[in-house]
Amino acid sequence: MILKVANITKAFGGLTALDDVSLGVATGSITGIIGPNGAGKTTLFNIITGLYTQTSGEVYLENKKISFFSPEALAALGLVRTFQNVELFGQMTVLENVMVGSHTKSSSGFLSCAFKFPRQIKEEKLIREKSMRWLEFTDLDDHAEMRADNLPFGKSRLLEISRAMALEPRVILMDEPAAGLNSRETLQLAKLIRQIKELGITVVLVEHDMDLVMDICETIVVLNLGKKLTQGTPREIQENPAVISAYLGVS
Amino acid sequence: MDNLYQYLLTGLSNGAIYALIGFGFAIIHNATGIINFAQGEFVMLGGMLALFFLVFCGFPLAPSIILSILIATVVGIIFERLAIRPLKNAKPIRLIIITIGASIFIRGAAMLIWGKDTHALPAFSGNDPLYIAGATIMPQHLWIFAVTILVIFSSRLFFNHTIIGKAMRACAYNAQAASLVGIDVRIMVMLSFSISAAIGSLAGIIIAPLTMTSYDVGIMLGLKGFCAVIIGGMSSGLGTVMGGLLLGLLEALGAGFISAGYKDAIAFIILLLILFFRPEGLFGKKETERV
Amino acid sequence: MTKEKRQIFVFLIFALVLLTIPFLLRESYLLNVLVFIGIHTMLAVALNLLLGYAGQISLGHAAFFGIGAYMSGILTTRFALDPWLVIILAALSAAAIAFIIGFPILKLKGHYLAMATLGFGIIFYIIFNETVGWTGGPSGLSGIPNLQIGGIIFDNDICNYYLVWIITIAVMLLSINLSQSRIGRALRAVHDSEVAARVMGINAWVLKVQIFTISAFISAIAGSLYAHTMTFVSPTSFGFNFSVELVTMVVVGGLGSIYGSFLGAAILTVLPEFLRVFEDFDIIIYGLMLILINMFMPGGLISGFQLLAQKVALKIKGK
Ligand SMILES: Nc1ncnc2c1ncn2[C@@H]1O[C@H](COP(=O)(O)OP(=O)(O)OP(=O)(O)O)[C@@H](O)[C@H]1O
Ligand SMILES: [Mg+2]
Repeated sequence: MILKVANITKAFGGLTALDDVSLGVATGSITGIIGPNGAGKTTLFNIITGLYTQTSGEVYLENKKISFFSPEALAALGLVRTFQNVELFGQMTVLENVMVGSHTKSSSGFLSCAFKFPRQIKEEKLIREKSMRWLEFTDLDDHAEMRADNLPFGKSRLLEISRAMALEPRVILMDEPAAGLNSRETLQLAKLIRQIKELGITVVLVEHDMDLVMDICETIVVLNLGKKLTQGTPREIQENPAVISAYLGVS
Repeated sequence: MDNLYQYLLTGLSNGAIYALIGFGFAIIHNATGIINFAQGEFVMLGGMLALFFLVFCGFPLAPSIILSILIATVVGIIFERLAIRPLKNAKPIRLIIITIGASIFIRGAAMLIWGKDTHALPAFSGNDPLYIAGATIMPQHLWIFAVTILVIFSSRLFFNHTIIGKAMRACAYNAQAASLVGIDVRIMVMLSFSISAAIGSLAGIIIAPLTMTSYDVGIMLGLKGFCAVIIGGMSSGLGTVMGGLLLGLLEALGAGFISAGYKDAIAFIILLLILFFRPEGLFGKKETERV
Repeated sequence: MTKEKRQIFVFLIFALVLLTIPFLLRESYLLNVLVFIGIHTMLAVALNLLLGYAGQISLGHAAFFGIGAYMSGILTTRFALDPWLVIILAALSAAAIAFIIGFPILKLKGHYLAMATLGFGIIFYIIFNETVGWTGGPSGLSGIPNLQIGGIIFDNDICNYYLVWIITIAVMLLSINLSQSRIGRALRAVHDSEVAARVMGINAWVLKVQIFTISAFISAIAGSLYAHTMTFVSPTSFGFNFSVELVTMVVVGGLGSIYGSFLGAAILTVLPEFLRVFEDFDIIIYGLMLILINMFMPGGLISGFQLLAQKVALKIKGK
């Protein structure tokens, strides 16, 4: 288990968005998290990545307790994510977006950046080359000099993935990466996620596109109304009547 | 002892004014998420316009006040229409800059129209002190307290018991949902600017006989009002009143017992302390920012 | 020409033009205005690093300018310390204050940050006014010595011109370098999406404090130079209005452009000279500029220039 969530509860005032949720993510796996709108999937991601603080419960990364770590500290530990409402650096170029992903892997400080010390020039060149490779990885290299704002929507989702990969993460959390993509783009995405897994990176996927989830995930966790409903292989999930009724809105 | 009484009285009446100005901030903030840096200019406009009608045009008191508030309200509406609405979805930094721009513009215009001199507005009911229960009080203080209480009660009534008031609160809570149930959010925003301008100018009018007025009084008064609303918390009407009174009292006592020169610093030190340690205000509730 | 080479070329031309101006233009009044443009450019660049790059507003930057000016003024007149040493001391003090105040203040965002920095600026303005024993209060502090190095005393326009502009050009160069490095990208990332920046491992809070500190450092140097070239300082130069004027320079010139800051500083320094004729119009014009530029040209005037340059370049290529 590379990532473990233990008894997480999150209340927003009177609303309990997550209620005693526990789950584990196997190292090197692709794990899906599904559930109807408002189930608490994004909230769970926000807690794991340190953007929200949970009301109670713990999060572990490789048995190290990471509850209440800041997002930036978690990034340094190799935990990264993408966003449901794409969060790109809109005024920067596509390439620069990915270069930001190398932030934790580079070290030049204010002085060496301002005075352009030789080491900084070398590092800058390296960051650029590596970032170009991550753009090639998602087929965005043709758009390198474009402003990120101007990317078509499908490509902006890919750019988020490139940027996250530049961090050389151990775990990548993706929040609805297929939302808004057409079927061709979704197929390309499925291929990409498998490639990421082959690089030895653990993938956690929140997604409403059931074909995609059933196709690529090894384990699926189902959330409903803030509670964990069940967990199992795609087959088990598909046959579980509780899941079906949760999606149909009967309880 | 006599001094203390004077300080308390000054503190409370200034505090009431700060509360009114703070109210104006909160109304716009709750409807739009904007802190209107031009808020203080409405206060200045109130005082200067009243002075203009009352002293220069020789109008009677009541029409002067009503005209002044009307004009300031129209300025508020024009400001919303021309500068705020076109930038509806812009980043906060651009909205801040635009309201600063507007405030400088209004101040500059006031200076061109009325010059740089400081004027005193005549007190509404003369300058003969009243004796109540052995204490003296200026009639203008009574005016201030009465108007403040009136404004606070009527805005409570308005926001809690009229359809429009409730609609404005709905917009503040969730604009998208409000527009789904058929509330015209744009009108509500415009309304928030006009109410806020009206209250601000009223505050400027009633304080002018005590503190004098000039084209540049808006900066400080606006900031003090903001300070009041920050002490109280944006979401709490009563909190704003308490915040204003607290600030007014601390200032008056600080000026009396410590040093008049540092009086203005008190407000800002309180402002910084509250923003640092309790940004939701002393009476507000904390919320999780949505990601 | 590669992009990088073109940038170096542009900068060299820019520096060269500025450094040759005194040979062509001997008139003391104009040189004086140019000295002010230099000091204002330094301040605008400093604020731009914070406002244009990191996207964090400060409505109290005049305070750091004032700290530099008053420290230089007070320590050289009352304690006869070496002015050069004092410049460094003043810059370090302003940086230290910014660093300490920066941690709580830069936790705040947007409108709240604006108000807090404003309050901070006003508190310092009040201090400059009220500590009469040190600062001379509202009537100001005079008799600040000119700088000197070896036998050269910086007491004439040409000397001051070179003093100010060499430092300004250096500040511009270092800022341009910084803005194009990993730190510059991190700053712009925080500007565009603080959440995403943090998830990418950027400690947004600390980064903002760092750039705030650097910005204060540069502003204080500008303040010291101001004190030594003017030989007189008074609080009105360091009040809220000047903080707003600085924001206006950055916005009018172009948020996130170092050359834009120069342009903004130049325009806002020259404008009042022209407006002398219709005194009192400056406030209303600043307000109008802020509103109009913000609404119709969010990239500032420099973006207009860049568009023009591109069009010209295309025309030339076309022929
Ligand atoms: N910052 C917040 N403040 C208050 N309530 C919140 C906040 N963030 C989320 N919620 C609420 O928590 C609940 C769970 O939201 P969440 O975004 O996690 O759902 P989700 O499973 O990601 O849904 P979707 O599939 O629509 O993305 C919702 O009712 C939402 O309104
Ligand atoms: Mg979600």
